[in-house]
Amino acid sequence: MLTRILSKVALALMVGLLAGCQGGVLDPKGQVGIEEKQLIIVATLLMLLVVIPVIFMTLYFAWKYREGRDEIYEPKWSHSTKIETIVWAIPVVIVIILGVITWKSTHALDPYKPLEHEKEHINVQVVSMNWKWLFIYPDLGIASVNELRFPANVPVAFQISSEGTMNSFFIPQLGSQIYSMAGMVTKLHLIANEPGTYDGISSNYSGGGFTGMKFKAIATDTEADFEAWVEGVKAKSIAGSINNGILDQVSYDKLAEHDLDAHHHEPTPVQYYNSIDPDIFMDNVMKFMKDHGKVELLKGTVFDSNMIHDNASHGAMNHGEMDHGEMNHDESNHSSHDMHTEADK
Amino acid sequence: MSGFLGKLSWDALPYDPIVITTLCVVAVVGAIVAFLVIKNNLLGVLWRDWLTSVDHKKLGIMYIVLAFVMLVRGFADAIMMRLQLALATNGDPGYLPPHHYDQIFTAHGVIMIIFMAMPFMIGLMNIVVPLQIGARDVAFPFLNNLSFWLAASGAILVNISLGLGEFAKTGWVAYPPLAGLEYSPGVGVDYYIWALQISGIGTTLTAVNFLVTVFKMRTPGMKLMDMPIFTWTCTWANILIAASFPILTAVLAMLTLDRYLDFHFFTNDGGGNSMMYINLFWAWGHPEVYILVLPAFGIFSEIVSTFTGKRLFGYKSMVWATASISILGFIVWLHHFFTMGSSANVNAFFGIMTMIIAVPTGVKLFNWLFTMYRGRLRITVPVLWTLGFMVTFTVGGMTGVLLAVPGADYVLHNSLFLIAHFHNTIIGGAVFGYLAGFAFWFPKAMGFHLNVKLGKAAFWCWLVGFFLAFMPLYVLGFLGMTRRLNHTDNPDWNIWLYIALCGAIVIFAGIICQFLQLFVSFRDRKQNLDTTGDPWNGHTLEWSTASPPQFYNFAELPIVSDIDAFTDMKEKGTAYQRKESYAPIHMPKNTSAGIIMGGLLTAFGFAMIWHIWWLAIASLLGTVATFIVRAYTKDVDYYVQPDEVAQIENEHLDNVAKG
Repeated sequence: MLTRILSKVALALMVGLLAGCQGGVLDPKGQVGIEEKQLIIVATLLMLLVVIPVIFMTLYFAWKYREGRDEIYEPKWSHSTKIETIVWAIPVVIVIILGVITWKSTHALDPYKPLEHEKEHINVQVVSMNWKWLFIYPDLGIASVNELRFPANVPVAFQISSEGTMNSFFIPQLGSQIYSMAGMVTKLHLIANEPGTYDGISSNYSGGGFTGMKFKAIATDTEADFEAWVEGVKAKSIAGSINNGILDQVSYDKLAEHDLDAHHHEPTPVQYYNSIDPDIFMDNVMKFMKDHGKVELLKGTVFDSNMIHDNASHGAMNHGEMDHGEMNHDESNHSSHDMHTEADK
Repeated sequence: MSGFLGKLSWDALPYDPIVITTLCVVAVVGAIVAFLVIKNNLLGVLWRDWLTSVDHKKLGIMYIVLAFVMLVRGFADAIMMRLQLALATNGDPGYLPPHHYDQIFTAHGVIMIIFMAMPFMIGLMNIVVPLQIGARDVAFPFLNNLSFWLAASGAILVNISLGLGEFAKTGWVAYPPLAGLEYSPGVGVDYYIWALQISGIGTTLTAVNFLVTVFKMRTPGMKLMDMPIFTWTCTWANILIAASFPILTAVLAMLTLDRYLDFHFFTNDGGGNSMMYINLFWAWGHPEVYILVLPAFGIFSEIVSTFTGKRLFGYKSMVWATASISILGFIVWLHHFFTMGSSANVNAFFGIMTMIIAVPTGVKLFNWLFTMYRGRLRITVPVLWTLGFMVTFTVGGMTGVLLAVPGADYVLHNSLFLIAHFHNTIIGGAVFGYLAGFAFWFPKAMGFHLNVKLGKAAFWCWLVGFFLAFMPLYVLGFLGMTRRLNHTDNPDWNIWLYIALCGAIVIFAGIICQFLQLFVSFRDRKQNLDTTGDPWNGHTLEWSTASPPQFYNFAELPIVSDIDAFTDMKEKGTAYQRKESYAPIHMPKNTSAGIIMGGLLTAFGFAMIWHIWWLAIASLLGTVATFIVRAYTKDVDYYVQPDEVAQIENEHLDNVAKG
């Protein structure tokens, strides 16, 4: 009875999922998300090979060996090498298969790895602020708030940082997410296989206005459409849009100002900057290191943050967690793992 | 720098009508309880026999009372959240603004894990483990009392935050920099820190206490590989506590230094690194989930073998499976943040280590199955919980392994899929286990049976409610809904949010059945006394004592030669033997030092939270002074005289003979 109800519920859930599933991670519109969906399905099917028999055996054994039936009763039977070998072996085999899949898929889906594609990646620098997203296009000289636009079928390379609290940059229909952390840069590579407007969120709670910290990720039909938008932002000619002019340190600080008052958590409207200070992203990543720089390393030597900028290898800094210097000099989509966090080491 | 009452002012009082109503209800209930206690002249009994008791059985009962009280509080939070999310759809703000809602989900997590599940688990362990190994008490009875009061102290601080000031608005993990002074300047995070810090130290002391007990005080003949399986799982849980809780203590201390003395362990600037907090937190937090679930596995093992009337299948496999889960549990913490930017090698390593844990867990499931095989299963309430667990937990285990695949976690991390998964394992694993153990050992601890009908009703409500409440969250996770949202604006999600609310209401009915069951059983206790002390035809030594057990547990330490020690005695005819004479029994005296230190540390925590420095210093000095006085007290023990022992034993044996 119970099994029947449960299987009906499960069936209803699956039908509901497959039919009504729009806009979620099972409705991917980008290569990364498609591969992740396949991975989820394969792993689930593999595990169901054990899970379904276990659930079935639980109910069957409980029914068959319940009190009052004349089944065989062996109160002292408590060991069987054969059975114990099998019950250790079955999960071992499944986990070995799953382990191989995990090892391969984790490398294939490494968010830091640029996507293999005939087109060059578009570079976008992402900053999470309380409670909005700033997108800087370093190669195009523009920036936008709470709207991310890029052409479909062109890979995008994200460099992600935070102005304060930790967030997670996530467009569910395109695939992987990654944390944004102040003073550090993480990386992510995504692509949209189809044009469309996709929900973008922070998926790591970051305080009172977190719920409103949403953006639209718009994959334009063609690269020409995208270029037209860029020109429009530059020329301040997009109708009805807010354009704040240049994104320099002053306007950046103004945007980043956060309000802790829990009652003031309205989502920030979309707005644009028609030009940018080219170093604005890294300057604001590195500013958290400036205090660190004040530490006296040797008697009479005060560490200056400028040294970080000048010193790619930054052996003297010895901070340990990230390769900041290299970041500063290389904003292209190279395929290194230099920005991996400390867990790497 | 601050006044007589530090940061405490009239502003700390609540203004939210929901909070004020809650406080009024709590005040009324508290007044009724106080009135009943005074009217029935129970104050002296309460103080002498309970609050100052060092008896592990009474402490166990008090832990479980604490767990039930906090279950009500934590569940009230849960149903408020579900209601908010069912109301706040299509852009509607709902009835809980973020500053209130954010405290609720933080409090819900902290309370359910630290102040509901942990006390429940430790309570069952207190009642059962010394009895199962044939000991008269734990190794350090006073310390055991102190541990309880430290847990209670933390719980009191969490509840004070409801009326004075606020609780943390950070989520139960309190990640900096959000939990740092810059983004959380209020007292909420300080409540969090001191509540966890004080109760966490109590938990560490409990683990040390029970490890010494298990290693030094087993009854003659009981080798380690003869210990009952529940004792084994508790022992591994205690090893995990002793190894991991100090990490929590340290990470909280560092966060304290950041917040109080302008240190920079986890700040954005000044060389701080919040990733270190996240690593350390989960280096405790992941073992913590095994601390919760391993004793539950032990409970299921005891129940399956007792109610099938059969030896546990594969005892050695079970012990080694528990051992491997415990050890592996320490090298998987990074799976909580695959999305923090570690390299593919690191993520793949931690992912694979995590799924390896599925192997010993799977072995346990198969061993329970083969314990049922060729047994005679009596479908009692504990067995229902066990069967419900085996079905539910298998699903939760599967989704856990799925989340352990980094490529899948990249899209499921922090989503409601994750929420569904861990409730699937913590409710379907740990809580079902504790409720099974509660039904199983209740007659032992209290001396009378629980009402069966209400017990079964509670089970079915919990089981159905669980599936209704959490299966929709798996779907919502796939639909891209992340956790801790205050309101939603996606019509596709609504139906699932409504179903989840219905599920929470069904679970609520289950909790009501549970309390009704306690009330009815207590009312009818005279008709349902457990006179034999062995209501289920048990296998292990706790069933050889009376119900409730003699306060000294065993008149003579039993000599054990089998894993199912009591079954062995019953078969050999050596159970229930009358003795000619008894030796005096050495017992610890009750002490008020534990409750005094607990009270002073509550005051200390409160003073630190509100920056009332004079009170902090005074209460800390008072705590140390009480401890020193206690350490130099010589009058801590006494002997139970043989004639009293003989009287109690004969009464028990007469009852057994009467059946």
